[in-house]
Amino acid sequence: MSTQQQEPESQESPQDPEMKGTESPQQRRLREKQEGMVEDQAEKEAEVEGETVHLKVFRYDPEIADKQEPRFDDFHVPFEKGMTVLDAVMYARDEFDSSLTFRHSCRQAVCGSDAFFVNGKQRLGCKTQISDLQQPVRIEPLPYQEVVKDLVVDMDHFYDQMHAVEPYFQNDDTPDSSDLEEQRQSRENREKVKMSTRCIWCGACMSSCNIAAGDNEYLGPAAINKAYKFAMDDREPEDVKEHRLRIMEQEHGVWRCQTQFSCTNVCPKDIPLTEHIQELKREAVKKNLKFW
Amino acid sequence: MSQSYNRGLIEDFGRWKEFSAGMWAWIFHKFTGWMLIGYLFTHIAVLSSAIAAANGETMMIAGEQVNAYTGTIQGLEGLFIIRVLEVGLLAVAVFHILNGIRLLMVDLGVGLTAQDRSFYASLVLTGVITVASVPTFLSGVGL
Repeated sequence: MSTQQQEPESQESPQDPEMKGTESPQQRRLREKQEGMVEDQAEKEAEVEGETVHLKVFRYDPEIADKQEPRFDDFHVPFEKGMTVLDAVMYARDEFDSSLTFRHSCRQAVCGSDAFFVNGKQRLGCKTQISDLQQPVRIEPLPYQEVVKDLVVDMDHFYDQMHAVEPYFQNDDTPDSSDLEEQRQSRENREKVKMSTRCIWCGACMSSCNIAAGDNEYLGPAAINKAYKFAMDDREPEDVKEHRLRIMEQEHGVWRCQTQFSCTNVCPKDIPLTEHIQELKREAVKKNLKFW
Repeated sequence: MSQSYNRGLIEDFGRWKEFSAGMWAWIFHKFTGWMLIGYLFTHIAVLSSAIAAANGETMMIAGEQVNAYTGTIQGLEGLFIIRVLEVGLLAVAVFHILNGIRLLMVDLGVGLTAQDRSFYASLVLTGVITVASVPTFLSGVGL
């Protein structure tokens, strides 16, 4: 051990007095690297000269004087095959303006953080190919949500609505923990709720909904879809389902939906939201007819 | 997050070029619904001339002495603008009926994937029926 500890000391002498004036191998390598980088830079700029993507990105920051008034910034990002909107804004942030702010995480349409308003439609940044879009690509934060900074919106209201429908499995007579029994769902029932389980909480549907924009109390497509998932689950007892339908049929529940199909059109996971809302409407009516 | 920016109504009518089929169907359905309610009031007003007719009131239409009800209707039908409005009323009513059937299907969960096509179909059908009705509505009108 002791010999090993001494080794670094012997290596620690790159600036020997006799080496001064001439170039050490390390310095030469550094210089070459520097020159290479300059060349790379030039190459990169040449690429920018080539095929670029013109982005118009919404900018707003309450803490910086010249960004307090919302504006659009232009970015010209080199195009690459398979480039998504998220890739493009990440390039713009990394290369041009590090203050450009947006949420993103998994980059594979699972986390649901990067829903933007791209060219007038709510889309998931990581799932939208630049080549499918008309240029300039206009990227804005989700409409009908307060903008916190640049492309970041306040999702609190959306999450409140999601939690309002009690999005968790409720069953009083769970099997005894001693017999380690599972609560199995039938294949048919699983198939029925399959699409509704795909929700990634990105908020695109809520943002596209004309009704949710005007009625702040409306649960919105995502929350109703979540309620659908549990209301249609056979394993929950009848009284829990009734309780769920009672939440759904309130004034700002399913009946606010006017079947514009906006949410279904924008959902990045292709959930048939309108269909689910309509089915809950029918269930609510059926439940009420029973008491007549 | 001391401050945030409210962008207000983004998807207002300024963006009409980007509206989807379902959105247009909703707007047209609202519009035609209000038009039909408006027509209901004029309809009641015209029909109420039957009360005057029952009281024996008469009026002169084209040099003829007729009762108030017949006179009112004949007088209105003699106007070109009324004939045009009638064609418009038919278009509005037909669209509202056809889109109403479409919405009924949507409520029943039938053909939800074809909702945009059924909207276009109801638009085209409305157009065809309206054009076909023009000769009937505009015959014998004194311009």
